Amino acid sequence: MASGVDIAVVDYGMGNLRSVSKALEHVAPLAQVVVTSDPEMIHAAKRVVFPGVGAMGDCMRELADRGLVHAVKQAAATKPFLGICLGMQMLFEHSEEGDVAGLGILPGRVRRFFGDMGQEAEGLKVPHMGWNEVHQQRAHPLWAGIDDFARFYFVHSYYVEPADAEMVSASCAYPFPFACAVAKNNLFAVQFHPEKSQHAGLVLLGNFVRWEGHSSQQSVA
Amino acid sequence: MGLAKRIIPCLDVRDGRVVKGVSFVGLRDAGDPVEIARRYDSEGADELAFLDITASVEARDLILSVIEAVAAEVFIPLTVGGGVREVADVRRLLNAGADKVSINTTAVLNPRLVSEAASRFGSQCIVVAIDAKANEQGGWEVYTHGGRQATGLDAVLWAQRMQKLGAGEILLTSIDRDGTKSGFNLPLTRAISDAVGIPVIASGGVGNLQHLVEGVTEGHADAVLAASIFHFGEYSVQQAKAYMQQQGIEVRLN
Repeated sequence: MASGVDIAVVDYGMGNLRSVSKALEHVAPLAQVVVTSDPEMIHAAKRVVFPGVGAMGDCMRELADRGLVHAVKQAAATKPFLGICLGMQMLFEHSEEGDVAGLGILPGRVRRFFGDMGQEAEGLKVPHMGWNEVHQQRAHPLWAGIDDFARFYFVHSYYVEPADAEMVSASCAYPFPFACAVAKNNLFAVQFHPEKSQHAGLVLLGNFVRWEGHSSQQSVA
Repeated sequence: MGLAKRIIPCLDVRDGRVVKGVSFVGLRDAGDPVEIARRYDSEGADELAFLDITASVEARDLILSVIEAVAAEVFIPLTVGGGVREVADVRRLLNAGADKVSINTTAVLNPRLVSEAASRFGSQCIVVAIDAKANEQGGWEVYTHGGRQATGLDAVLWAQRMQKLGAGEILLTSIDRDGTKSGFNLPLTRAISDAVGIPVIASGGVGNLQHLVEGVTEGHADAVLAASIFHFGEYSVQQAKAYMQQQGIEVRLN
């Protein structure tokens, strides 16, 4: 472990991870940040960031083809771990997007916005794109210095529905509330893009790179 | 409270430099894209759009280093368009740090580019830019090549088709209004925004802050884009947001 990099950003060939790594380098200038698809490097890293864009089925397939499933599961169980966007959705059991299985690390499923109502339900557009308010449900070290209802940048058409309400760390409304951050032990995952959320996003990433992985969750209320 | 309407300053870039007289007070170099991007970011811009108008083939890759440099310092979404012809162009821009790539003329010449790029990189990063002009039938026609070439395509139907092919967002510019400072073409904006299920960015014609408000309230736009009112220092992004909020529009102020 001691010889591992500080932060491994899991690369499974889906999309551009440059903005994630640049933002991490910005908040942790002295840390070694590596974008990697090497399971050994992920295994040895002190912290792991699991980003993702695109379609869930493609992401799961790429992850499997690169032999990364075990490394990601192992990291999610043992060290400070941050899932972002599709990297949050993949942690769950199942997604409506392509009717595919996720990694099943967390109980729950991924659903499409207005899936039951047709795309123009409520006159709201899909993808849910732009800056929305993040309502912190529980205290967590990663929210340190971030105002409740601070806005973060979202772009997604699917959202997670965790089976266990206890793990919901923050919610967002579009127009109904959905889980936009989940936390469990050493694992934290967000639907929004902290790497694109200006100040609030950088604060969250800064908190992550200093976090030791203890959730110490308490209810805000 | 919920999703905020976005304000997007647009920077025209030629040969790696921002053009169109930028007159920010206190900038060391009025044409430096990084410095200008940083300035807009600190004023609270929700995203930045870069339109590459580089003409010479040799200078085409300069936009990549511009985006790389901006993406290393500015942590908000970046949309880049201009001269995107093939999937490889999309990939290069995304790898340089663009979050979204906008496709304009090529979407008309080769609509498959839109579906290929969307399936390869995800709809969330594919913006189709539509330049539209009023026609004699009371509708709007799609133009290409910077507004010079008529296509015979109906803009509303075209927007719907682009959504079907996988576009994640529409950047709609009224050619009639562009540069006039007389406000967005509101009927056009509303017709397109109401006809598609994906977000629409209104562009072309902004001359004052009330125009931004109307783009949202009457044009039903999800985001408003402006260049000159911000470039010439007439208004800051902050002022624009404060005004929009006063008019009851939800904006990001934190």
